[in-house]
Amino acid sequence: MLMDHYNYWIVVVLMMTGFYIVIAHGNLIKKIVGLSIFQTSVFIFYISMAKVEGGTAPILEEGIRQYSNPLPHVLILTAIVVGIATTALGLALAVRIKEAYGSIEEEEIQRQDNLDC
Amino acid sequence: MLLAFLVAVALAIVSMKDLFSVIMLSGIYGLLSASFFVAMDAVDVAFTEAAVGAGISTLLMLVAITMTGRSEDPDRHKPFLALAVVVVTGGLLIYGTFDMPAFGSAQAPIHQQVVPRYIQHSMEEIGVPNIVTSVLASYRGFDTFGEVVVIFTAGMGVLALLSVARRPEDIAEIDSLNDSMHEQHLILRIVSKMLLPFILLFALYVQFHGDYGPGGGFQAGVIFAAAIILYAMLFGMSTARRVINQSFIQLLAAAGVLLYGSVGIVSLLEGKNFLDYGVLSDDPVAGQHLGILLIELGVGITVASVMVIIFFNFAGRRENAHSGEENEMQNNNRGNNKT
Amino acid sequence: MAAPLCLLLTRPRMVWLFALVVSGTAFLTSILLLQQVMVSGTIVYELGGWKAPWGIEYRIDQLSAFLLLIISAVSTVVLLAAHTSIQQEIPASRHRLFYVLYLLSLAGMLGIVATGDAFNVFVFLEISSLSAYALIALGKDRRALWAAYQYLIMGTIGATFILIGIGLMYQMTGTLNMHDLSVRLPAVEHTRTVFTAFAFIIVGVCLKLALFPLHLWLPNAYAYAPSIVTAFFAATATKVAIYLLIRFTFSIFGLSFSFTALPLQILFLVLGLLGVFVASTAAIYQTNVKHLFAYSSIAQVGYMIIGFSMTTATGLMATLLHLFNHALMKSALFLALGAVMYRIGSVQLSQFQGLGRQMPLTMAAIVIGGLSLIGVPLTVGFVSKWYLVLAVIENGWWPVAVLILLASLLAVVYVWRIVEVAYFKPPLAANESVTEAPLSFLVPIWILVVANLYFGIDTRLSIEVAQAAAQSLFGVSP
Repeated sequence: MLMDHYNYWIVVVLMMTGFYIVIAHGNLIKKIVGLSIFQTSVFIFYISMAKVEGGTAPILEEGIRQYSNPLPHVLILTAIVVGIATTALGLALAVRIKEAYGSIEEEEIQRQDNLDC
Repeated sequence: MLLAFLVAVALAIVSMKDLFSVIMLSGIYGLLSASFFVAMDAVDVAFTEAAVGAGISTLLMLVAITMTGRSEDPDRHKPFLALAVVVVTGGLLIYGTFDMPAFGSAQAPIHQQVVPRYIQHSMEEIGVPNIVTSVLASYRGFDTFGEVVVIFTAGMGVLALLSVARRPEDIAEIDSLNDSMHEQHLILRIVSKMLLPFILLFALYVQFHGDYGPGGGFQAGVIFAAAIILYAMLFGMSTARRVINQSFIQLLAAAGVLLYGSVGIVSLLEGKNFLDYGVLSDDPVAGQHLGILLIELGVGITVASVMVIIFFNFAGRRENAHSGEENEMQNNNRGNNKT
Repeated sequence: MAAPLCLLLTRPRMVWLFALVVSGTAFLTSILLLQQVMVSGTIVYELGGWKAPWGIEYRIDQLSAFLLLIISAVSTVVLLAAHTSIQQEIPASRHRLFYVLYLLSLAGMLGIVATGDAFNVFVFLEISSLSAYALIALGKDRRALWAAYQYLIMGTIGATFILIGIGLMYQMTGTLNMHDLSVRLPAVEHTRTVFTAFAFIIVGVCLKLALFPLHLWLPNAYAYAPSIVTAFFAATATKVAIYLLIRFTFSIFGLSFSFTALPLQILFLVLGLLGVFVASTAAIYQTNVKHLFAYSSIAQVGYMIIGFSMTTATGLMATLLHLFNHALMKSALFLALGAVMYRIGSVQLSQFQGLGRQMPLTMAAIVIGGLSLIGVPLTVGFVSKWYLVLAVIENGWWPVAVLILLASLLAVVYVWRIVEVAYFKPPLAANESVTEAPLSFLVPIWILVVANLYFGIDTRLSIEVAQAAAQSLFGVSP
């Protein structure tokens, strides 16, 4: 029982670490790092569930009966692309924010905005 | 074991203040998860994750911090609230795991529904040994189409945010700077010049071998882009820009999406459904094969050109940040006064 | 059938006219689709020619056809004004990109609504959100960047939550097709995994929905985005999120599970009411008119959620009606604000002094839109509030009905503030020379205003469709 879900638990810990970085840190770049860790951990979760004990990589070959599940692999390939797209756009925004505000700390930006109003 | 490493890296990132090391660690995180994917039999995914997580995204982040500064403000706001949210969410997830099918069990529902058909029939229906490729490109071809559009969107978004109109004198200035800088790396330049054709060749191999082994359009695109980026780093942005025209790349990015879409439309015109490749040839299996080849090519072209667009714009922004700093400042002041 | 929609996705970069043609085509297609769906029921289209659980399918029922119509209609009308509006608000070198991103975002939203595959939803969600972040960041003010960044973080967390939820569902059922999921989920619905999946999807969607208290990203994003973008998103983005909420709770998880697993009914009712009151009150104190209407949008989402929480056909119908009507009102209002922005370069309330005389047609549009928000008879706002109150009373929730009426009074206050400034104060010296907005603004604004009035008086069309959609949802789920 314990071993059955051990993998998933670690993955949950990883996800939550990433999630924590996103919400608790004020630095914009670090938030994006956190976001990508959060997403990567979700990928690990999907890939974990695709594993079949004793299976091999899903490339058809003579003499092999047991393959791991290819569908989550496909989904995650797509999701990785989505992840890098988000990261790139987020970084581009961070760069522009640095130019506009001279800072990439959340609180500093908030402070400047309040002054503006 | 690998997972334990992953946890260690993730925790290190939380406490690290120096953004440079944070980014390096996140690259390592990407690489570790890629190795984990190999252990989980997901070779295609591992390939991609290694190229993206450890490669491209680390690179982009590094370029970004050269513009934003590399240290983090130690103050954290509301850490307890954040921790509470995280613990609740994590707790819910753990709670959810109790009824999950056991790890690695072949009896789990995901291995019973839908997938057996892929494994048993994809060879006769599509004729491609790599099941991941056939599912990706044919059964769920529309998802992949969406994926190409996503990356295209990101390219356009970065372009909209970062593209700068450059003045001719800047270019001359940067040129001279680059020349003096690159005198020093002669050996590096020669070696990489020799390597470049091989990298490009390897990219092409990955592109067209995706049917049989791991690989495909996306991975090939990333490798291709990496080669160009390497070239740009060593020979200077302006040289690279002279070799590869900006608007040409944008055109290519759109062309990739269009190639994918038009494959779909051709099948539509032939009276079948969107993205049904069976019509591309008299023999449906050969048609599938051709269709997959074409769309993978579309994916490869778009991914490579978008990656190059993104990188060039980041780097171009950086060069401008130095020469145009005062300029920007004035613009901002004007913007502020208005509100 | 869905093919023209796919055609949409394959656009290179192009200019305004082309964008308009594409959006118009989508609009015509969705009218045809709606007609066909109303006559013959759900349409299924298999992409790639593979049967559903293996391939991906488009599945268009009354609800999605209705949404498709709203989205493409608003997008077309708003685009009419885009050409003039972005002259002022976006640097010329980015115009082309603006249209590309706009169409991508439109394609993403149409895709979300049309698809019948849970993972495909995620992909399209990201297409529309990524382009939304970039579009918002195109705003002139530097705060647009910050707003876009916050939206990006919140939106991505939301999308990742949805991804986790989809993963868990997939793990328990082995399928990603929505219809297939709804068949297989009941067998495993008692498991804790499915419960978790449900919770994650709900939270993720609510982040996108800007449901109180997860609404913090919305006001700034709306206020600092270019006016056209605000008009488009205010009318469509939250609607798509509502659609997802309805789709997941009613069609996939099924009514009985959705509302027994979590105390969803009470939760949504309370959050909806709180959202209405907090946001309406916040709206009263805003000095930026775009902020004001952004808060009012959050309040309107609250109304929709109240209708949703009743889980009766009438309640759901009220939600759908309000969805349609709110899209009309808000796009008219934000477009009118765009015209004001075009003429005086600001949407601060203090700048509105005397505009009632200088831009009579634009301000009249704002007044009618505002009346509609309040729910005055003869406007669309009245129709949907009427049905909402009816549904509440049908359920025997008298206090809620009273609260809804009270909340409308708050709307009176914030709309009155604009009217007061615009009509009863002399024009500012700096704005002496301001004249009426150009025709390219007035035409689309008044198309929307007239639609506001028309559907407020002749309610047959919108009600018939909303009713059919609501009933079909209840028919599907046991």
